[in-house]
Amino acid sequence: MVPIAYYLILAAILFSIGIGAFLIKRNIITVFMSIELMLNAVNLTFVAFAHMRHAVQGQIFVFFVMVVAAAEAAVGLAIIISVFRSRQTLDIDQINLMKN
Amino acid sequence: MFDPPNVLALLPEYILTLVGVAVMMLEPVLPAGRSRKPLGWLAILGAIAACAASFYQVSLIRAIGGPLFAFSNTVQVDRFSIFFQILVTAVAVITLLSSLDFFEGDATNAGEYYALVCFAAVGMLLMSVSPELLVIFVGLEISSISTYIMAGFRKTSAAGGESSIKYFLLGSFATAFFLYGIALTFGATGSTNLRMVAPALAGTSAPLLAILAIAMIIIGIGFKVSAAPFHVWTPDVYQGAPPPVVGFMSTAPKAAAFAVLLRILFGGYPLFESKWSVLLWGIAALSMTIGNLGALLQRDVKRMLAYSSIAHAGYLLVAFTALPQDGIPAAAFYTAAYAAMNVGAFVVITLVSGNRERMRTGEDFTGLAIQHPVLAAAFSFFLLSMIGIPFTGGFFGKFYVFTGAIHAGHIWLAVVGLLNSGIACFYYLRLIARMYSAPTGYSAAPAIDFDPAGSTNPLLDPVAAAALAPDARIIRPTAAYLALAFCVIATLLLGILPGRVLRLVQFPAFTQEDRTIAAEPRMECCPSPHRTALAQLVSGLKR
Repeated sequence: MVPIAYYLILAAILFSIGIGAFLIKRNIITVFMSIELMLNAVNLTFVAFAHMRHAVQGQIFVFFVMVVAAAEAAVGLAIIISVFRSRQTLDIDQINLMKN
Repeated sequence: MFDPPNVLALLPEYILTLVGVAVMMLEPVLPAGRSRKPLGWLAILGAIAACAASFYQVSLIRAIGGPLFAFSNTVQVDRFSIFFQILVTAVAVITLLSSLDFFEGDATNAGEYYALVCFAAVGMLLMSVSPELLVIFVGLEISSISTYIMAGFRKTSAAGGESSIKYFLLGSFATAFFLYGIALTFGATGSTNLRMVAPALAGTSAPLLAILAIAMIIIGIGFKVSAAPFHVWTPDVYQGAPPPVVGFMSTAPKAAAFAVLLRILFGGYPLFESKWSVLLWGIAALSMTIGNLGALLQRDVKRMLAYSSIAHAGYLLVAFTALPQDGIPAAAFYTAAYAAMNVGAFVVITLVSGNRERMRTGEDFTGLAIQHPVLAAAFSFFLLSMIGIPFTGGFFGKFYVFTGAIHAGHIWLAVVGLLNSGIACFYYLRLIARMYSAPTGYSAAPAIDFDPAGSTNPLLDPVAAAALAPDARIIRPTAAYLALAFCVIATLLLGILPGRVLRLVQFPAFTQEDRTIAAEPRMECCPSPHRTALAQLVSGLKR
């Protein structure tokens, strides 16, 4: 059986990759995907801890996170589309009207 | 589920949800050309009813002699939560009042906007009312998702879309940190209820995990309250969003986030105070300095107020380094004072600049006092309150925060804060001086030849606007002036009667008494003596 610590380390690595991608990537969709990666890393952590502590709360939490992530994605993609319509670009560096 | 204590505990949330849903349902039924104002008034009535319900809960918890627990201890209505409930609903009422005319005549579906304000307020109420991290997380997301949409509500404005996308990306990023903090808390203690977390931490085998958890939670909330170094999104978002929305999202979500942080730090992690207070010391000092220095360099007034809000988040975080009995009331008072003056300032900006935002930079405000003496006077009053002049809410806010820090021995932090208040004087007073000076080329002759960019703003000058466009309806923003008067009165009252507000929050909150209560596991919905008292109360009401 795989020790619990391995899952936690994997989740931490995924979370860090998410942070890195959020900071480095320039396409809005990719940036948004990196946030989803971070949320899924958290889900993995919850499930691992739930298994370790034999507490079902952790797994329930995961369902809530998934629901909220779906709601966030619905709103987020709508905002992205509206920005694309007005700008014709998804490059985050070109969305800089207010940097003066 | 429909147990009376449960319903009573979440009464304001229920009211606002129902009103929000009703507004959403009515919006498509109304003919396309019709004014959306009736929906706005419906939302205002709902927010007022929610505020009244919060006041009713004060008498309720007084009757049962302690906090009201509901939904298996995931909802805890106490004086602390009620304070923030009243604050959030009051800010929602003022925002709705000032938005009525702002979104009027715009092709955007204003009805949805009113519903979103209601939903956002529900999320914030849930954040302030719950000791359960799951409910706090869901509340945080309800309020955040609503405010993301509100920030970009003017779909035709490119700056609005940019503001919205930045707010959304950074907000979700922060949520992930907050969530990771919750996951680690769960790992360290086996529970996500703060009432169980505190005793479990005393015997935890993984203190490192708990320290990581608290750091993650502070980062997540730090983004939400725009504390440095997590503040980068604030100026852009505030500059691009509609002014009434900025007034709302710079105060209410921050108040709720500070309520959550107070509950988590003082209620869940009191044992690690030496660790997190050092972290918050640094964040507070950095936020005050970066906020005030940044504000000095800004030309755009909304951008300047964004940096000023970073600085105010810093002052507020100073309260967290104080002892719990000083810090909790000081922080709560400061959020109220800041809400009153900042919402007020944005009501003025809404009225002055209108939907097209004709007046943006500080120079545009030159000579405002000549054309609109009332608005200029109110704006100056709010700015003076932000400086911390006596007889304003801002003065006592700063006073309590800094005395709290000094009592706890953080003298250097108080010194940094006071020096920063000195810097802040400069840019606030510069704007006041601009408003009361004559614009260049202005002769002492009557104000006929005085024509600043904002003079054709239909919100402010109905007669002139009607002359320019004869078929345009004359709009008199009475509701917005009502909101303005409310903000002025609130700021003034907080400045001359701070004791009354402070008494409302001056209690050991959840720290001392809660640690003893939480030690005994309690799984039933409501502790039995409370339940009987409540049952009597409910039967009394039915009669």
